[in-house]
Amino acid sequence: MSVKLTEAMLSELPDQRGHFGVYGGRFVSETLMDSLAQLEQEYMKLRKDPEFLARFDEELKDYVGRPTPLYLAERLTSEIGGARIWLKREDLNHTGAHKINNTIGQALLASFLGKKRIIAETGAGQHGVATATVCARLGLECHVFMGAEDIERQSVNVYRMKLLGAEVHSVTSGTRTLKDAMNEAMRDWVTNVDDTFYIIGTVAGPHPYPLLVRDFQSVIGRETRRQSLEKTGQLPDAVLACVGGGSNAIGMFYPFILDEDVRMIGVEAGGYGIETGQHAAPLSAGRPGVLHGNRTYLMEDENGQIAGTHSVSAGLDYPGVGPEHSWLKDVGRAEYVSVTDEEALAGFRRLTRTEGVMPALETAHAVAYALKMAAGMSPDQNLVINISGRGDKDINTMARIDGIDV
Amino acid sequence: MSRIQQRLQSLREQGRKALIPFITAGDPHPDSTVAIMHRLVASGADILELGVPFSDPMADGPVIQQACERALVHGTSLRQVLGMVEQFREDDPDTPVVLMGYLNPMEAMGYETFAARAREAGVDGVLTVDLPPEEAADVAPLFRNAGLDAIFLLAPTTTDDRVSAISGHGSGYIYYVSFKGVTGAAGLDVDDVSKNVERIRRLTDLPVAVGFGIRDADSAASVGRVADGVIVGSVLVNTIAEHQTDPDALHRALDERLRPMREALDARASQ
Repeated sequence: MSVKLTEAMLSELPDQRGHFGVYGGRFVSETLMDSLAQLEQEYMKLRKDPEFLARFDEELKDYVGRPTPLYLAERLTSEIGGARIWLKREDLNHTGAHKINNTIGQALLASFLGKKRIIAETGAGQHGVATATVCARLGLECHVFMGAEDIERQSVNVYRMKLLGAEVHSVTSGTRTLKDAMNEAMRDWVTNVDDTFYIIGTVAGPHPYPLLVRDFQSVIGRETRRQSLEKTGQLPDAVLACVGGGSNAIGMFYPFILDEDVRMIGVEAGGYGIETGQHAAPLSAGRPGVLHGNRTYLMEDENGQIAGTHSVSAGLDYPGVGPEHSWLKDVGRAEYVSVTDEEALAGFRRLTRTEGVMPALETAHAVAYALKMAAGMSPDQNLVINISGRGDKDINTMARIDGIDV
Repeated sequence: MSRIQQRLQSLREQGRKALIPFITAGDPHPDSTVAIMHRLVASGADILELGVPFSDPMADGPVIQQACERALVHGTSLRQVLGMVEQFREDDPDTPVVLMGYLNPMEAMGYETFAARAREAGVDGVLTVDLPPEEAADVAPLFRNAGLDAIFLLAPTTTDDRVSAISGHGSGYIYYVSFKGVTGAAGLDVDDVSKNVERIRRLTDLPVAVGFGIRDADSAASVGRVADGVIVGSVLVNTIAEHQTDPDALHRALDERLRPMREALDARASQ
């Protein structure tokens, strides 16, 4: 690690203007600036407000079902024959993924701010489902923007959102995936800024979103840290998480950031392989730029146009990444790697067959890399994979790959 | 004094209002843009806003989104857009040209390189939709040093404090976004615009041009009553979309769109 991190440095992450070093910030059109300033002002109070925090904790416990277990994958560990492999079971959350930690937090925030209309973007549909769910829970109007291509890939989640009372808007512009859904959500926001709260699904977007999403997701790492000490008497040697926008990864990493001996590894979507250019791995193969309100690593062409991405998992199919990950990469505190579609699919099958835990295809990327890594570690070492979501939503994709009609 | 400032001052002295059309560079084809720019000037434009196409135009409605897609199909790059301005300048040394777009293509080129090349090509001002003054501390001085006006947006949601702060960072003119929404949407409320422009005028001496929702002679004239300039975008870009394959028809149609706005603005001035 090249830079020694301290508490004092963390307090500047982000700084007052939402910068993580050179990353982050607030790059939006003027119409949104006042709304973001108000959100920041209110949130800075609420994040220390005992009533708000108590309400958030209560929702996490009784509605989301936290804490989620830290589970020792014994059969997998003995098959691999390296480090002990632990699974942080975010897939056991209500709605089947980590996303709800954030949506319940932001929906409470919206309620505290008196905003009754909620918008969200979604890729795989997990964030959309988690948003529609909490809107049903709190009686809020919900609009979800989703790329037309993702709507096809994730029809089950689309139907779930509709059952939950949300209106799903198909986005047909651009590449018809997550980035375009986010563009369209921002267009709605700028139009309805007075009464609308935008629940962003990942640790990206203009300040204060990367901060508040990190706050809400950090419960993952805090629990993991405590459970790890309880179960093994020590901190894990490594924590792994898949990285699309990076919310489950930041949630896992952040509470370990000062624990220098804990390796933090983010696994990006290598698609058909980094060398093909058909992937979604900006930290592995992109460069810094500005998109969706923040400066961060992006996939772009030499003219600054955002590049199309490819991943078998819709949730990782995004050309950017949260700005804090860009910072963590540059200072060397976290490592970012990628695995291909094929490796992820193998990881999916292996975990499903060996442990009876069917991960989301996004999560399967972290699983695939963890298996390679664990093999090279010793049996007295511990490795934690953040099982960010369950794989039920991907059944159709898997069946298609296997040539089966379900 | 910059070319933009000169132009706006001379209009003001004549009691006239600036007509500022917007088109997306490279739409429908990179080869068509320079001729369209000359057409707009011949039909009454005082200042041209040339959109730099971007893959993710978050502040734009479907009309300009599709214009970006048409331009990008032909690979229109920022470098090419600068080439278009350079070519335009060969025959028109006077009409100010403002580049309007999103930050990332400029960031990819490098701000210093961009500012120098833009100046060299004959660009007069730069308006970056997703660069509020808070993030412009490094960039705006580079523009200024290259002699480019940094034009900023104000919106109905901009507080008085911000109006003052933003005006302090900008030069050339203020682009007042007439309503909350994306380009090409309906929502122009002239009374509301009037109130806000008056508010802005109390806080800055910069000329105020108003954009979003101006689509014909009537709306141009009524906004022209309160503002120093009117910006017309989506209605022209839509005209370009309708006549993509026939340049003659396109030029006629653009003239038919723009000329009545010019006449309505000038009629108002001579009253």
